[in-house]
Amino acid sequence: MVDVRRRVTRSAEDVVVDVVIYTVMALICFSMLYPFWNSVVLSFNDGSDAIAGGITFWPRQFSLENYAYVFRDPRLARAYGVTIFRTLLGTPLTIIVTSTFAFGLTKRNLIGRRYYMWAAVFTLYFGGGLIPFFLVVRGLGLLDTIWVYLFVIGGSAALLNVFHMIIFRSFFMSIPQSLEDSARIDGAGYYTIFYRIIVPVSTPVFATLTLFNAVNHWNAWFDGAIFITRSNLVPLQTLLRQILNSNAVDELMGELGGTAAEELARSAITTQTLSMATMVFATVPILLVYPFLQRFFVHGLLIGSLKE
Amino acid sequence: MQKIVSNVKQPSSNESSEREPHIVTRAGAIAESPAARSRTPRLRDVIRNRELRRDQFQLQSMVFPALVILFVFSYLPMWGVLIAFQDFSIFDGFWQSEWVGFKHFAAFFTARDFGQIMRNTLVISFLKLFLGFPAPIILALILTEMRRQSLKRIAQTITYLPHFLSWVIVSGFVLTLLSVRDGSVNLLLTGIGVIDEPVAWLSQPRYFWGILVTANIWKDVGFGSIIYLAAIAGINPELYEAASVDGAGRLQKIFIITLPSIAPQIIVLLILRISNILNAGFQDILLLTNNGQNAILREVSDVIDTYVFRVGLTNRRFSYATAAGLSKSIVNIAMLWGANALSRRISETSLW
Repeated sequence: MVDVRRRVTRSAEDVVVDVVIYTVMALICFSMLYPFWNSVVLSFNDGSDAIAGGITFWPRQFSLENYAYVFRDPRLARAYGVTIFRTLLGTPLTIIVTSTFAFGLTKRNLIGRRYYMWAAVFTLYFGGGLIPFFLVVRGLGLLDTIWVYLFVIGGSAALLNVFHMIIFRSFFMSIPQSLEDSARIDGAGYYTIFYRIIVPVSTPVFATLTLFNAVNHWNAWFDGAIFITRSNLVPLQTLLRQILNSNAVDELMGELGGTAAEELARSAITTQTLSMATMVFATVPILLVYPFLQRFFVHGLLIGSLKE
Repeated sequence: MQKIVSNVKQPSSNESSEREPHIVTRAGAIAESPAARSRTPRLRDVIRNRELRRDQFQLQSMVFPALVILFVFSYLPMWGVLIAFQDFSIFDGFWQSEWVGFKHFAAFFTARDFGQIMRNTLVISFLKLFLGFPAPIILALILTEMRRQSLKRIAQTITYLPHFLSWVIVSGFVLTLLSVRDGSVNLLLTGIGVIDEPVAWLSQPRYFWGILVTANIWKDVGFGSIIYLAAIAGINPELYEAASVDGAGRLQKIFIITLPSIAPQIIVLLILRISNILNAGFQDILLLTNNGQNAILREVSDVIDTYVFRVGLTNRRFSYATAAGLSKSIVNIAMLWGANALSRRISETSLW
């Protein structure tokens, strides 16, 4: 189709539209990337120098002090550990619970299937809200334990994601029944069918949803803020939020001209550049898995369009 | 992707579209062919037949963990909304707390902050709807019009990326860019002479809504466009060719082919969006207002959800906050139902 269009002489409208589109897109992409770039630049700049302002595209006084400090900070190492723990353990658990549920719901001989499905979908439209949820988590004795992160993500349940269940389910339903029937004739049970047949042919959806769940775990901060009071159990994002907030407080103090601001100005590291370094540090893993993520969901998109 | 998406958005139609007839079968017939096995067996047969019993046990054990999670983390809290009708005390527990009827609802509706909270909720929500809803559609149209596939792919990669960052990081970007001393926005605007003095963007109520909505669009415009791109990819190319033959220009084709073709997707998403009109945002607002502690911004930033959070978890007024949250959920359900009915009437597109 593209080739056909090219042979046709481009009209004036065509050229104008192209110019507008590529210009607008360039601006959009710039606005998407600049915040990252600016933060990275600030994180590599000397803190007291950064206070003077004016740093945009390139560090003015290059320094690795912020990162040296970040890597030495025991709080951050701990928070990193908590986040890695919840991501590595919570993600597979969620995938197992969600995918087996979805598989069961595709089987017509599951008694109660319609009710189970309805019970799951209803939660998408109505929920108890934050306070009753908090009280349930509290009642389970999960407050201030690391286990809360396996059961809770943000302000809702972690182990079952109903949206993902629906995605799994519709994918499983598109698998030809004949694959399963032959195994059934050989006497295979549903565990075997799921593990040996369904999972291997559903790798793309498993991979995509695993990555999505891992990103959710990595990015969760709210649970660490409301279910946890012990600072050694705080995940990375929650700690980062605390650092950013103290930065905002410092800025306010700076406006008021307090001594704290002067004190800060004397040190080579400031909370601002420090929080930039922490932010970069927390974002790098996401940037590393992002190419895989993108490959999968763009792939899914292509399949969708080919089907038409 | 499109299949997945349509299933996600229409869970109930999905369920009702299963047309299999309920055939009553004898246990013997069920055990014979695999095809016959895929009918829902009757409980009586399952108890008698060993093989059916094994199958049923395996299937039930596979859905069991999820059902427990649903019960504990979704249905217990749903039942827990009853504390909205109590003077719930954490020491007395649910069973010992006194029932007070609609006291907390009345208190919420007559609260001094009520008008302000409702205004903020509605204004923020409508701003997100009017500006945030069309943004991914426009982006999808722009991406579709990009003929250089390599550039298109790069643009997609870049615009999807912010969706995968946490709100903490995004709020960090906002704080950095808008910083008074050294924020890039102030540098830019003073540089080109729009403002003379750096502005403290986040300490002035009048800028808050704009900042909030911009941050939201920035984060999710790319990811939101995927669903529309998939819909556009499904449009029959012959339509465009026919329009070209008839002399339609590119802009004309967008309005007479592309937009009408993706209208069903737009309507379904719009219904869902409207039914969430009282969900004005939560994380984004909390993070930009220092957990709702920023008193200067509260007059513009306090919405129902942040109010529930502050009053409920910070001030520990559990029953009162639950009443406020429940009022919101009920309105949301009513809005969903209403929007769906309206859409079915005017466009024959609906969720169920």
